[in-house]
Amino acid sequence: MITELGHVALILALAVAIVQTVVPLIGAHKGWSGWIAVAAPAANLQFVFVAASFAALTWAFVTSDFSLHLVWANSHSAKPMLYKISGVWGNHEGSMLLWVLIVALFGAMAVWFGRGLPPRLKARVLAIQGSIGVAFLGFIVFTSNPFLRNDFVPFDGNDLNPLLQDPGLAFHPPFLYLGYVGLSMAFSFAVAALIEGRVDAAWARWVRPWTLAAWVFLTIGIALGSWWAYYELGWGGFWFWDPVENASFMPWLFAAALLHSAIVVEKREALKSWTILLAILAFGFSLIGTFIVRSGIITSVHSFASDPTRGVYILGILAFFTGGALIIYAFRASAMEARGVFSMVSRESALVINNILLAVSSFVVFIGTVWPLFAEMFFDRKLSVGAPFFEAAFTPFMVVLAIVLPLGAMLPWKRARIGRVVRPLLPALVLAVLVMLLAWTMQTERTILGPVGFLLGVWLVAGAATDLMSRTGRGALGNRLRRLTRLPGADWGKATAHAGLGVTFMGVAGLMAWDSEDIRVAQIGESFEVAGFEITLADVRREQGPNYLTTMADMEVRRDGVLITELHPEKRVYPVQAMPTTEAAIHYSFWRDIYLVIGDPQEGGGWAVRTFIKPFANWIWMGSFLMALGGFFSLSDRRYRVAAGATKAQIQGVPAE
Amino acid sequence: MKRLLLALALIAGPALAVNPDEVLDDPVLEERAREISAELRCVVCQGENIDESNADIARDLRLLVRERLLEGESNDEVIDFVVERYGEYVLMTPTTEGANLLLWLAGPALFLVALLGAGAYLRGRSREAEPAPALSPEEEKRLKELTGE
Repeated sequence: MITELGHVALILALAVAIVQTVVPLIGAHKGWSGWIAVAAPAANLQFVFVAASFAALTWAFVTSDFSLHLVWANSHSAKPMLYKISGVWGNHEGSMLLWVLIVALFGAMAVWFGRGLPPRLKARVLAIQGSIGVAFLGFIVFTSNPFLRNDFVPFDGNDLNPLLQDPGLAFHPPFLYLGYVGLSMAFSFAVAALIEGRVDAAWARWVRPWTLAAWVFLTIGIALGSWWAYYELGWGGFWFWDPVENASFMPWLFAAALLHSAIVVEKREALKSWTILLAILAFGFSLIGTFIVRSGIITSVHSFASDPTRGVYILGILAFFTGGALIIYAFRASAMEARGVFSMVSRESALVINNILLAVSSFVVFIGTVWPLFAEMFFDRKLSVGAPFFEAAFTPFMVVLAIVLPLGAMLPWKRARIGRVVRPLLPALVLAVLVMLLAWTMQTERTILGPVGFLLGVWLVAGAATDLMSRTGRGALGNRLRRLTRLPGADWGKATAHAGLGVTFMGVAGLMAWDSEDIRVAQIGESFEVAGFEITLADVRREQGPNYLTTMADMEVRRDGVLITELHPEKRVYPVQAMPTTEAAIHYSFWRDIYLVIGDPQEGGGWAVRTFIKPFANWIWMGSFLMALGGFFSLSDRRYRVAAGATKAQIQGVPAE
Repeated sequence: MKRLLLALALIAGPALAVNPDEVLDDPVLEERAREISAELRCVVCQGENIDESNADIARDLRLLVRERLLEGESNDEVIDFVVERYGEYVLMTPTTEGANLLLWLAGPALFLVALLGAGAYLRGRSREAEPAPALSPEEEKRLKELTGE
């Protein structure tokens, strides 16, 4: 019964979304206020229906209702509750429903928080958002219905892919989707602005929080996914340049670019049409990401539940929204006249450089991701584009970005002198060089990667600190520190996020340059040494978990005879899916991780054991966390709320045509 | 039950990718083998190189790579040997031959175009800027006093 109600709610949501798209769009065009007023309640209602539908599906998963085909195919009664719930989006149909839920949620949030928006712009934004809802609700109802029943009710389910039964991955998709779909808000605002033919500072101030929120969620989502890959896949890598990872990385880069260009629109009323284009591209790349994941057109470790026919439908959605928006853009972009003027050396120019670097690097990721497909279609060559390509082609842009960032961040608006900016940054530069030299002398390998990564990382972190201190003005240090605590959230956000990027740089460089590895056969009771740590294989046991069987090792790690930790790497088998997984045991710490994997029993006795010592591994995710935190700080800035209120009065004074 | 557990544990298969019995005694050769392995794609996997993959064919290839190295071949010779058999599909780093030049040059080319475009745009923006009146020496001096420099 609940299932059928969920199904009906889904269809009603589609109907409401159609009304939400058509009526306000016509109303805004004709100036009929009654039709304009339909947008807000429609957006709320659409959200309520989709939420009800999602709740019904969740209920089916929680109660293990195997009469539902989807639950039967992706769940099992013995599965822990957390994974019963995460199983809702651990499959194609459910994950698309989650996607639509978030589209509807953002639409409704635009109603809740968009009180200050001019009614006509708001109606158009909600209509565009509604049309995205129509496309994906239609996709679900007609090709991927999650509410199909089985003809007869099976005794138990097929279980969820064991790799996905993991806390990190349980929350990875929702965050990622919040990010992808959050960019749909920027898209809706961009298209609405194109229809209105007007982009101004107020518009940018409305778009920025949405983009910022989307970017924060994407950051968290990507970091969770990368952390999951690190501890779950069992060889300690954190990023594989896999198509699906790239699919989330491209919108992240575009969102970062959009965030910065929107600042220029807000403060200086320049870069308007470029910002609009970025907003369209950012969401376009979110759709491309969805297409890549859902169609399985590009093979990937992650693409579960992929299906080519569905891919065609998503390709249609992608072509319609991106193509449609770009056509409107081509006709209307010239209406966006820039007002602000600035010299070659200025904050504006620095942000243009930022945008070029982020957009071009994203394009490099894009071409590398789709190249195998292109080469096969047009040149009849079957080839691969793997991690080495991306490392070679993508990294240089990031290096340039890191060099320029602290300088650009401190340049004043309009007109600047480079010398003025370099002087306060000298201590940061000296510190960075010193750390590089220290890293250079301490390392045993000859690679330049580690020292250079630390040079850039320290330069970014110290540069961010310098930037923040410069905001406190002049005077005694005590006064300046006191002023530091009263700086607006945006200043803290900027410094925190930039420093976070530096921390991630150091983590990536440290991990890639200085990790040590050991592969060996260890007898029970045997000790061996890896990079100064004494590791003992005390015992290997076989145990039973709630829905899996496990071979678990007891291993002790000592340094100078002192026990640091006991670790229990596992090898699990999930009998329902007959699938083995590796559960690495990791001792996390600030400077390095100790990462142990247990392998197979060997013919001559003993077990295969793989040990990694991974320096600075946590810094990668610590840095990502700092970036996300910086985004939150900026979001919390009072000026957004105050300014939004202030412009409200001004906008309402504009007479209706 | 216990026997069932054992049987299930055994179907688990290799969990380590590179297993201890594959590792060469000579650390220099082994290091080279790992380098080569990172460059070769596991043909049945989805985007994994043979160094990371648990698949049987990846193991066979790893052993093959080590065998050729022991016979004294150079890294390039080993890679060429594998490419001859499996095609350029196994290369993790695409070659720069033919159309692949597009792939490699697309990024740098776009970067140059973007820089030129942005340069033109910025020049346009700055030309519109009215020149700020320069400060007279007295004004400069007064400013220095005021800002305390």
